[in-house]
This record gives sequence, structure tokens and C-alpha cells, in this order.
Amino acid sequence: MPDYNLSHLDQLEAEAIYVLRETAAQFARPALLFSGGKDSIVMAHLARKAFWPARIPFPLVHIDTGHNFSETMTYRDDFVARLGAELVVGSVQASIDSGRVVEEKGPNASRNKLQTVTLLDTIAENRYDACLGGGRRDEEKARAKERFFSHRDDFGQWDPKNQRPELWNIFNGRKHEGEHFRVFPLSNFTEMDVWLYIQRENIPLPSLYFSHEREVFERAGGLLAVTDFVAVQPGENVERRVVRFRTIGDATCTGAVESTAATIEDIIAEVAASRQTERGTRTDDKRSETAMEDRKREGYF
Amino acid sequence: MDILRFTTAGSVDDGKSTLIGRLLYDSKSIFEDQLAAVEESSKRRGDAVVNLALLTDGLKAEREQGITIDVAYRYFATPRRKFIIADTPGHIQYTRNMVTGASTANLAIILVDARKGVIEQTKRHSFIADLLRIQHVVVAVNKMDLVDYDQVVYDRIVEEYKAFASRLDNLVEITTIPISALNGDNVVDKSDRMPWYQGPSLLYHLETVYVGGEHNHVDARFPVQWVIRPLSNEWHDFRGYAGRVAGGVFKPGDDVTVLPSGFATKVKEVYADGQTLPEAFAPQSVTLTLATEIDISRGDMIVKANNPPEVTQDIEAMICWFSQTPMAERGKYILRHTTRETQAIIKDVRYLVDINTLHKVTGSQSCAMNDIACVSLRTATPLIADSYQRNRITGSFVLIHPGTNETVAAGMIR
Repeated sequence: MPDYNLSHLDQLEAEAIYVLRETAAQFARPALLFSGGKDSIVMAHLARKAFWPARIPFPLVHIDTGHNFSETMTYRDDFVARLGAELVVGSVQASIDSGRVVEEKGPNASRNKLQTVTLLDTIAENRYDACLGGGRRDEEKARAKERFFSHRDDFGQWDPKNQRPELWNIFNGRKHEGEHFRVFPLSNFTEMDVWLYIQRENIPLPSLYFSHEREVFERAGGLLAVTDFVAVQPGENVERRVVRFRTIGDATCTGAVESTAATIEDIIAEVAASRQTERGTRTDDKRSETAMEDRKREGYF
Repeated sequence: MDILRFTTAGSVDDGKSTLIGRLLYDSKSIFEDQLAAVEESSKRRGDAVVNLALLTDGLKAEREQGITIDVAYRYFATPRRKFIIADTPGHIQYTRNMVTGASTANLAIILVDARKGVIEQTKRHSFIADLLRIQHVVVAVNKMDLVDYDQVVYDRIVEEYKAFASRLDNLVEITTIPISALNGDNVVDKSDRMPWYQGPSLLYHLETVYVGGEHNHVDARFPVQWVIRPLSNEWHDFRGYAGRVAGGVFKPGDDVTVLPSGFATKVKEVYADGQTLPEAFAPQSVTLTLATEIDISRGDMIVKANNPPEVTQDIEAMICWFSQTPMAERGKYILRHTTRETQAIIKDVRYLVDINTLHKVTGSQSCAMNDIACVSLRTATPLIADSYQRNRITGSFVLIHPGTNETVAAGMIR
């Protein structure tokens, strides 16, 4: 009998496509949360595969903090156009202008936490009942406890102590009116798997992921890029360095790393040798020991 | 490189977290910032040593109470394999978590404390591994350092375990390994403290154990998940059936039957991402097109004509009850099986299993949380099913409470 063994990337791909199709089938109004980061790019790429030759049967939703790197926005618009998908933008600036949220103050002010309100408002306005997210279980200790189909109550809250058991490949997406689900097709991918998959599938990425020269300064042990959204404080020294980003989020809380990795192959070698997690560059996770769980309970990505 | 999914089971102080910590640490899957965060937390809690359990106990409540509440998934890789660990809590009240972790596992590591030997928990974990038909079990006799690496102690435990395991039906392969998770003996490298042990280290075993035969590649099963109809100019007449192969092999030209309607046709093409494939097998996600246009929707199953599954409204199953609310006598629940959903009524609780003695206990018509029972069910519409023994995917289901929408039980068809 022939050997019917799938490589680990093939197995992860098959699982993610199964979850994407299950989401389309079980929910009336699903949406795919797209940040312009590598994980959501991979997720959208898998969604295209899952429904080919039809179009992706749900919109891409971008929660725009207004504090994006310009490279991310250029990439987003090109990517969505190539995919032929619908793009819905939820604006944190609009939430601030309407008084739904209040901007944080001080040098470490970030709109990262404010996104939750904009996200939940966007979900409610569009009556989305399932939001696909690119979260992975290897990213963070609270995420390690996530389900593929993760229930959110009327207030968008996650109750990690009372999650539905998830067995075999059976997903229970039943819910009451007003509740919704977050679905994570990449749950079993690691950072390395994502990079290997990007390499195999030849997926173009925003230039921020590759080594480039940029003005940065040190804060709290990390490197922040000089942008219009961050105020450089007295004593902080701005210099040009050769850097890249391991994750892409809001410019106020996403740190750069010094790197000369200019190709996917270089990045894979760098990730393999790295002794820091990718979220080590995210100041939003460092606000407390359980910063991610706290935000997720409130309804964060 | 392929994937090995394994689950770990042990009682509270068997050193499970230490073992996982060591596998992750020695395979360089723990990062400096994670370790620094754990050291910081340990210090703040006043722990005497760095508490590696904090790596896996991610939730606030778990860290506060010092216990694991929920299944956590961990990842590491060696050049040979990617590993997914379903780390399940050892407390008695969390049987449901072990069942959950075991449902997707190829292998279970059952930890035994060398000082205590085979205890009730060991038997309970082995029974669950057997019930969920995990094919490979590793009994890791831990804390060998505390019994002076004594072969006599190890041999006695192995003998005791094998005597018990001979009463279980399904465990295909049992491997026993003496280890010390704390000192790393026989975890990644062979230990020179136990020259009397001739077998492989734990990691070597995990890297090389054969898991290619986990899926059924004989009985062709394709539960339809989603119908793809692009309605575009280019693909005007395209009608594809998207799904994940649950068993067997599908090739263009194969004679197939669509259930429950019973229509016969042929496979036209097998597609994946715009390419045609010569064949599809489990667990691939593909899209099939068929030679004739027939009415097919989600929940139908495409099978090969020669060895069809059963189409039935009456099933007998082993279930594990998950909910804090006990099963209602002759209760009605929603049953989710492959891509189908229907209603089911519990007709009879035939017996409960005492998982310490493996005895069948009759007389009760209800089930409480963590109970394992044999029940008969009647469904509102037919299921297209195999026995769990034949196919883990087409032989499994969950029960959902129609009011709360909670998943209240997991079931395996007999």
C-alpha cells in the first residue's frame, strides 16, 4: 500500500482550510479580521484556496488604529484588490471622535487597547456572528488555551474558565442572539510554520518584515520606530539602524529588531536561531503578567 | 517532516509540567523572554525554584490556584518531527479535559511516580486512552532518581502495568521508559545512570514512532462541508463539493454513491487550489466534482459503493458526560456528527463504567459530569456513520444542550 503521509505543512493547511469552510457553513455573517500582518495574510491566502474557484464568501475587516505604518496600508489595498475581496474598515479614530473611547495620554500612549471597542462596535454594526482571527496558540500563554471556535458572550467577552470542550474535528458554533464566535484557523501553526508556509507558497509580504534602514530609538529595552504617532522623549536617542519587524501591529507598540535578514530564507534562519519570542517586541503584552488574557476577556483579537 | 500529536497524563505531583518543561527547554522551544517572565513570576510568588509549570499554566486563575484548569497546547519541533502536545490537567474532576486532549492524539504519555507505582489515576488515564483508541501509549516511570535508579523498582511497575493493561481492548503498543524529568535522564538523551535499560530515550521514541497508519485509508468517506458554485463567466457550470477526506482514497473515475440519497455517479476531478490532483486521501481538504449533476448539500456523504457506512437512526455509543448538569432521563439533545446536525433522544443508559475497576454498573438512567457510559440513542434524521473503531472521524459525535448550546458530551459509536 502506498504511503499516505502528509508533510506537517500539508496537515496544517488541510486543517486550516477545514476550519475556514466550517466557519462559512456554520455562520450566517462571518468576517475575516485582517491586520496586514503575516498571520492574517496567510489566513486570507488559505481562505482563497478553501473556496476556489469561487470568491471568499466573507469580507476582510481591518480595525484601523490610524497609527499604521504606511507600508502596511499600501500592502493592504494591493492585497485586497488582487484577492477581489470586500474590505470593511473599522476606525479607532472615528471611535475617539464620537467619544466611544478616550485616547490614552503620556509617552507610552497606544491605541492598541482602544481597538477592542472599535472591533466590538464594527462586529455589532455589521452583525458579524463569527470573526476569523490569525491568532496562534504558540504566541502567548493565554492563547495556548484557545479553542478553534471560541465563544464570545453578548458583551464580546471571553470566559477562559468555561470554554466548550473541542473534540476530534467537530466544532460547536451554536450561539444565542447577540453572541458571536472568534475562529482561529492557524491555531496549530507556530511562528516557524508560518514562515515555512509563506516560503513554500511564495506569498508576498509587506516590506516591513525585511531588513531596512530606519530611524529608531530605544525604549523599555526595545526599539521603536520614529513615526508621527510616537513622541520621542528627552534623553531618548534617535539613530538610523538596520532593522526589521517580527510582528506588525500598531506603530506605537510594535518594536523593531536589528536584523540584516533581507529574504524569506534569511528570516527563517533568523527565527530558527532566535532566543526571543516574536511577541517579545510587543510592549502591549508587557503591561502585566496576564495582559493578553485581560484584553482577550474584554473582547480583544 | 510530519506531525506527532500527543497528550500527557499524570496525577498532580507526577512531574508532568517538569517533563514538558524539559522537552521544550532541551529542544530550544522555550525562549529567553518566556523564561525571564517565568522566573519573575516565580520570585513574586515566593517559589523556591523556578516553577516551569507557569509556562503551561497561562490563565490567571490557574496561576493563582497553582493548578491547571484547561487543556493547553504546546509546540516544539526537532529536525525529524513537529510535535503538538495537548497538556491536560491531572485532577480527578477534569476527566473531560483528558478526553478532549486524547481525541486528537496519536500517542499518550502516562506518567507514573516510581515511588508510588501504578495507582488509580494511572488506570483511569489508561482506560481513557484505550476508550479514545490512542494507538500508542508510553508509560514514563518518572522520578527514578528518587529510587536510586533501581531496576527492580522499574521492573515491578512495568509488570504491574502490563497486568492491568491486558484487560484493555485497544491499546496497540505500550512502551515503558524509566526517566527522571528533573535531571533529564532518558528524556532527550540516554542516561548512563541506568545501564540496565536497553530501550530508546523518550524523545527518540517520540521522533521515530510510526504514525502513518492513523487514518483509515481503506473505506472511502467524504462528508460534504460546503458546495462551491462560483457562478462566474469563467466557471459558469462549476459545482464542486468541498470537504476533508475522512477515510479512504478518491480518484477521478471512481464509482461513488452519495448518501443518504443513494445516487450513484463517478468522481470527475479532484481539485485543490486550482490544481487537479491524481487522488485525495485523509486528512486532505479538497474539492470534488462529479460526473452527473445531482442534488447534494452539506451533511451528505460521498462514499465508494463497495464498502458503505451505515445509514441509521439507532446507535449505541460510549459517551463521556462533560456538563455539570447531569444528563436528563430520556433527554433530547442536538447531535453533531461529521458535517451533520440532528436531534437525538437518549433511549437507554445501558451501563456506566467504573473506571477504577473497569466494571459495568447498571441501574442508573442518568450520567453526571465525568461519567463514562454506554447508551443507546435514536436520532431525528439518519446518521451516515461507522463504528469509532473503524473510523475515528465518522465514528465520533458530540451532544449539545439545545437551551444553553453547551457541548455536554462526547460520543463514540459502537
